[in-house]
Amino acid sequence: MYSDKVMDHFANPRNVGVLADADGVGQVGNPVCGDMMTFYIKVENDRLSDVKFQTFGCGAAIAVSSMVSEMAKGRTLAEAMAITNDLVAEELGGLPKNKMHCSNLGADALHEAIKNFQDKRAGRAPDAKPAADQHEHEGESCACPYCDASLEKEDKTFCRACRVEFEECLACGGITKRGDEKCIHCGKPLGKAA
Amino acid sequence: MKSVYLDHIAATPLLTEVLEAMRPFLGEAYGNPQSLHAAGRRAQEAVEEAREDLAALVGAQAAEIYFTASGTEANNFAVKGLALGQQARGRHIVVSAIEHSSILNSVKALEKHGFTATLVPVDGSGRVDPADVEKALTKETVLVSVMTANSEVGTIEPIADIAAVCRARNVLFHTDAVAAAGSVALEVKALGVDALSLAGDQFYGPKGGAALFVRKGVRILPLIDGGIQEGGRRGGTENVPAIIGLGRAARLAARDMEARRAALVPLRDRLFDDLPRLIERVLVTGSRTDRLPHHASFCIEFVEGEAMLLSLDMKGVAASSGSACTSKALKASHVLLAMGLDHATAQGSLVFSLIDGTTREDIDHLLEVFPPIVDRLRRMSPLYTEFLKERGS
Repeated sequence: MYSDKVMDHFANPRNVGVLADADGVGQVGNPVCGDMMTFYIKVENDRLSDVKFQTFGCGAAIAVSSMVSEMAKGRTLAEAMAITNDLVAEELGGLPKNKMHCSNLGADALHEAIKNFQDKRAGRAPDAKPAADQHEHEGESCACPYCDASLEKEDKTFCRACRVEFEECLACGGITKRGDEKCIHCGKPLGKAA
Repeated sequence: MKSVYLDHIAATPLLTEVLEAMRPFLGEAYGNPQSLHAAGRRAQEAVEEAREDLAALVGAQAAEIYFTASGTEANNFAVKGLALGQQARGRHIVVSAIEHSSILNSVKALEKHGFTATLVPVDGSGRVDPADVEKALTKETVLVSVMTANSEVGTIEPIADIAAVCRARNVLFHTDAVAAAGSVALEVKALGVDALSLAGDQFYGPKGGAALFVRKGVRILPLIDGGIQEGGRRGGTENVPAIIGLGRAARLAARDMEARRAALVPLRDRLFDDLPRLIERVLVTGSRTDRLPHHASFCIEFVEGEAMLLSLDMKGVAASSGSACTSKALKASHVLLAMGLDHATAQGSLVFSLIDGTTREDIDHLLEVFPPIVDRLRRMSPLYTEFLKERGS
């Protein structure tokens, strides 16, 4: 189910670890979704001189984090901000559709770390958003959580393949069958914010 | 590389003796059991012999056995067929919170047609309290379904007690025994159940061979309308090879059940004794005493199940997990959540289920390769880093 490249990055992840003196730290995901990623960056002359990460999650989540760290290391901040989750998946030789949704958050975590660095440099209070709020789901890379069919941006309300109607969870942004009591991603009651 | 298969709950190997019994019916014995001629009669006789073998495994009469294509179909047949058969008396169903999706989703389907349902909770070991079942019964209740054993946590439910509660209130009782049949002794009369599902691929038979026992005299409506096969209650030409395989597997299970249990329990118990000793922060899930003999299940804290399964697979070990990431719907196990575990812990779910032929060396291999896997994954887990920080090490 995973490409050789994914398996390689899962088995031999690059840049695992914690930077105690990081210039920026970014975190996305939550255990409810299954995946959590923390990225640490060191910045010199607007370049990422070091990138490290820690990930709790499935094989895809670990491989994604590893790939992001490799793609980002040595790049300028602007270049790193241009890395998207889709580019990461592409570099990995693709990800299973259902993993695009929850596990492919590495670029987001990296961007959070860069924003954290920029906030600190500008003397702004670091963004204190709870991790769950950062679990953004991009419409175009979304798959039906029930049958895996990929969903177009416009039909985030309905899966044409398995004919399930969705409702977006206000707490985590994930989609669950309309009428269900609880979000299948974060377990919060539907129709209520966190 | 050494290959160690510890995923009984997904599928058991097909015994050679079962395959040999099936072989003629995949080849020269191709007759349709409904045909009048010699070829048909040969198939029919073999199917009826299989029905008797299967009935004997659970202490039923042959006429009370309906062959199906899967445990899922047997469960659908039971829930929908029994509920619809009784709906003149009421339209309320009671099931446990940890049932297989084939039960829970059958109930959901009935809810769309005007039935209501109550989910009975479980305790921390995954056990259903018969008193909770009794409390859930209403005047409208026509069916209760509680599984015999749960495949994710191995817990065996107090089926006889729940059946007694139902009988006293004149409510039909079905049990999904797919995970248990063939591995633990089940006798439908002593248990007092009205219907029971089982599947051969859980006791060394072929996939595609499963059945529903329905006590004589209980009204059940067919799910598949068709001809006169299975007493008109399940249309469609019989899957003869699978049925023959199921029957032979049942005969062997009845003969070898005790020997299998005696061989597997000590090996299984080594996992319970040694894993928590070799790895810190390991929870045993499910009951230690009322438990499937081949089943050991855990939650390994701070790591995620799929990552462990992939790593184990690289070392030749096949196991299962109930983590959200291993499920297509990326949904945490409803069983572990119902038992009160939090999401992060449930993500570390891992099930080792032994098969006939699992050896000491197999368990040695697992105990050797598994701790370094957990260690590697923990070292990249932010949750573990947090834990170490809090502990101050």
